[in-house]
Amino acid sequence: MLKFTQDHEWVRVEGDTGTIGISDYAQQQLGDVVFVELPAVGKSMTKGDEAAVVESVKAASEVYAPVDGEVTEVNDALTDEPGLINSDAMGEGWFLKVKLSDTSQLDQLMDEAAYNSYVEGLS
Amino acid sequence: MNRQGRPTQPVASTTTADTITGDRALMVEQPLIFEQDSPGACGVDIPSPDSDLTPRLGSVPVRSQIGLPDLAEPLVVRHYTRLSQKNMSIDAQMYPLGSCTMKHNPRLNEKMARLPGFADLHPLQPMSTVQGALELIDTLADWLKTLTGMPAIAMSPGAGAHGELCGMMAIRAAIDHRGENRTKVLVPESAHGTNPATAAALGFTVEAIAATDDGRVDLTAFKSRLGPDVAAIMLTNPNTCGLFERDIVEIADALHEAGGYFYCDGANFNAIVGKVKPGDLGIDAMHINLHKTFSTPHGGGGPGSGPVVLSDALAPFAPVPFVVHGPDGFRLVEHQGQEDQAELSFGRMKGFHGQMGMFVRALAYILSHGADGLRQASEDAVLNANYVLARLKDKLTPSFPGPCMHEALFDDRFLKGTNIDTLDLAKALIDEGFHPMTMYFPLVVHGALLIEPTESESKVMLDRFIDTLAGLADRAQEKGAAEAFAGAPYHTPRCRLDETLAARKPILRWTPEPPMQEAAE
Amino acid sequence: MRYLPHTAEDRAAMLAAIGASGVDDLFKDVPASALLDAPIETLSDHKSELEVERALGRMAARNVPAGTIPSFLGAGAYRHHVPASVDYLIQRGEFLTSYTPYQPEVSQGTLQTLFEFQTQVAAITGMDVANASMYDGATACAEAVLMAERLTKRNRTVFSGGVHPHYRDVTRNLVTFTGGTLVEGTPDPDGTENLIDEIDDQTACVVVQNPTLFGHVADLTELSEGCHAKGALLVVVVTEIVSLGLMTPPGDMGADIVVAEGQSIGNGVNFGGPHVGLFATRQRYVRQMPGRLCGQTVDADGKRGFVLTLSTREQHIRRERATSNICTNSGLCALAFTIHMTLLGETGFRRMAELNHAKAIEAADRLNAIDTVTVLNNGFFNEFTLKLPVPAAQVVDRLAEQSILAGVPARRLYRDRPELAPLLLVAVTELTTDDDIAQLADAIEKEVRQ
Repeated sequence: MLKFTQDHEWVRVEGDTGTIGISDYAQQQLGDVVFVELPAVGKSMTKGDEAAVVESVKAASEVYAPVDGEVTEVNDALTDEPGLINSDAMGEGWFLKVKLSDTSQLDQLMDEAAYNSYVEGLS
Repeated sequence: MNRQGRPTQPVASTTTADTITGDRALMVEQPLIFEQDSPGACGVDIPSPDSDLTPRLGSVPVRSQIGLPDLAEPLVVRHYTRLSQKNMSIDAQMYPLGSCTMKHNPRLNEKMARLPGFADLHPLQPMSTVQGALELIDTLADWLKTLTGMPAIAMSPGAGAHGELCGMMAIRAAIDHRGENRTKVLVPESAHGTNPATAAALGFTVEAIAATDDGRVDLTAFKSRLGPDVAAIMLTNPNTCGLFERDIVEIADALHEAGGYFYCDGANFNAIVGKVKPGDLGIDAMHINLHKTFSTPHGGGGPGSGPVVLSDALAPFAPVPFVVHGPDGFRLVEHQGQEDQAELSFGRMKGFHGQMGMFVRALAYILSHGADGLRQASEDAVLNANYVLARLKDKLTPSFPGPCMHEALFDDRFLKGTNIDTLDLAKALIDEGFHPMTMYFPLVVHGALLIEPTESESKVMLDRFIDTLAGLADRAQEKGAAEAFAGAPYHTPRCRLDETLAARKPILRWTPEPPMQEAAE
Repeated sequence: MRYLPHTAEDRAAMLAAIGASGVDDLFKDVPASALLDAPIETLSDHKSELEVERALGRMAARNVPAGTIPSFLGAGAYRHHVPASVDYLIQRGEFLTSYTPYQPEVSQGTLQTLFEFQTQVAAITGMDVANASMYDGATACAEAVLMAERLTKRNRTVFSGGVHPHYRDVTRNLVTFTGGTLVEGTPDPDGTENLIDEIDDQTACVVVQNPTLFGHVADLTELSEGCHAKGALLVVVVTEIVSLGLMTPPGDMGADIVVAEGQSIGNGVNFGGPHVGLFATRQRYVRQMPGRLCGQTVDADGKRGFVLTLSTREQHIRRERATSNICTNSGLCALAFTIHMTLLGETGFRRMAELNHAKAIEAADRLNAIDTVTVLNNGFFNEFTLKLPVPAAQVVDRLAEQSILAGVPARRLYRDRPELAPLLLVAVTELTTDDDIAQLADAIEKEVRQ
């Protein structure tokens, strides 16, 4: 299952694990990503908390947790190669994985079709 | 008779000659000083100590290699002369950076600041030996208080942002003194980044306030935000869109009614010196960038100087040190609680008494202009910006109708559909011999171009600038223009630089080449 | 008015092009009650260059330049010889009258010098990286403490009594406004302070000065180990950067952040400003640094070039979440520092430091030989503390009348510490002559004998 927030985060759910990243639209808006600040594994987050920071040359944006959960893994590859977010935002450019504590929160998020039409409305 | 004549008329050349060095006459590559090391050479002759030195450094060992290169003086002079030639500057170019006020920097100011009677004074000399220096600070303070119509001033802040810090500290101290808990600072979205950064540095929560369609603070929205939790507003006037805040007196009244303080960002004071006293508008604190309004040089990034004028309400909280005038002459009050006046002082901002070197330069500028000349300078600055706005209003897209104050704001609507953005246009302007305007600031309009010509530019130069910008706007509409613009500038020591690479793999210092062996590993 | 290019005809033509009947049409948004209708009467009108020179020259003449008489003033600002080429080069208009290098294609001159400056500062302090300068040493110190708080997510700072009290006051202001605590040491004229026991697991950093205000020098290795054992950082302040031509630098002793006053190199004392703050740290902390940073990159043709970088730390992008509100720094003073340091090089900087140290030893021995006068320092660089049998301020005032600037009385810096009244801080540099030392010693001897 793949869900999106209005702040352009995505969460891909497999079992009780959610993988979180930013959308292709978001990476295009940011431009070349130069730095990513990731949370510590084990940190527990509430929906809306600052989960990570992503920086381009001219902007810094917070990535907010789309759901509650505990961080189980972060994508260390981004530290050396933040460009992965530009080249593959929905895949290799993932930020972190969380163990979901409340799957019902997913219902409040957009599915891919809804997100795409949301983005279309922005431009 | 000299028969060895030489041709005195040039022959048209059809080839662009490649040079052996790769350099191009005045455009010469210059390696880093670390790559010019000639161990044992030295650019300064320093005598050896009279006797053999037995260090007396307690438990501290004498250090080994430092890692500095050795160069004799001629190499150093040539090195930095060549580097200087890679810069644009006000001396050589029109430099219409909005909000930065790149006006002429008179050399008289430099000469005065270098008088040994100012430059060679130690800050902790006995006060009997520095009466003239204290008099200078006091004289400049008087001018600034009179021009702003404010009763008090703090001279020590080292730059504009430091002045903001000073003013907001005074506000914070005043609120604490009243025993109140006011945590919010209201800042318009168009504000300089220093405003929210300053408020946050002092533990305030920053709340953005909206603007009206005509680029000013929305008075109704502003009033609805006031309450017992609001400490202050930080408002730039004239604002960063180059507009005078028409409702400023009403803003001040409503704010004071609600118990808040008015911090005015004085970055744009140069538009109104001698025309308006900010004190008449109801402000409580305002910094003055001596390096903008009063022409002390920007120096490639400072030093600045940011004295802060204060209202009666904030004056008791002013930082130390300050100059007082007593029966025995001038004196510095250097400590909190030292005199009646310093009882509530919030403390110290900076190492010593402020940017004396900048005070001398600013006073030289002020005395040169006088009350009449300062007023004329403001009028000319505003006239020049409005001239730019009027002549370009059909070629570019002004964000707001005129009149503006000292700077004219355009957005990028006129580039729509060209695939050329503000940055490309600015880079093309470099090739035309102009420093670009401020770009992408303020944030409230899209692709902003903020043009501040200052009073220093002649009508001839303004016409040339305007015609150039208009020409570029026309050229942008031509088919295939985008590619040409994207490569600009073409005639500079460097073309566009890879900022992404710089940020992804930061190299912030020179390091020696690793030995071959290591590199191979 | 010589700085304003427009003629009356120019102004009229421009107003016509705008469609305004007079310049006040352009000020129509100003509330009518606040618009002044004439130049402010109480202020003088414009003056010629000659008149300005006379007015300011008169004020300058009322001061006693430190260079005209024997001077032993230090305590955070030091007179050194600055080669003539430094002041010539920084007055080149391309350096003097350019802005912060936001357009790198036409600012490579400023940017390359900043890169050289950062490299020099990092080398001298023994650290990995340095920024493009701060206002002065005191404000750099305050910023260092805030940075340590961010890095450790703690807010207790242990502040040595050997640090210049101006630095302490500036730091206290900034830190306590944001809820941090400063545990302030008592003044340490004897150099016996030991802070290791003050460090706890809430401590963000320990701030020490080396040499201290009172001139004492120390190997800080043990202290840095003590800090790191508790997860705290060591911030080292250096007010006399020339000391690092001779002394093992803080970086080699385990410092995490080094802040310094760079005025001694390339810059005059200027009655206290402008000076230039130096700020250096470890590579891993660079994203929490305040201030501008210049970095190396390549241009579209692959040629090496320089740009301002890691700007997302800064106020113009991060706004209320910036690492600092600093914008303008001390660019031109940093340039002067770099040019002077390049002239000195490894050879000259070391020789300059040796000469300062040798002169100071000579002066200390001569003054210590005076009955009832004691030098409190065993180790020092170019500044030491004298204990006099009478109040130092009184001696300084009387010697000023005899055209000798004897040093800084400790009480000038510590108004609330009467016990420091006998202490005089004496600084000696390469500008000090043997005759200066003899004059000072003779005059002090006479004063304390009475």
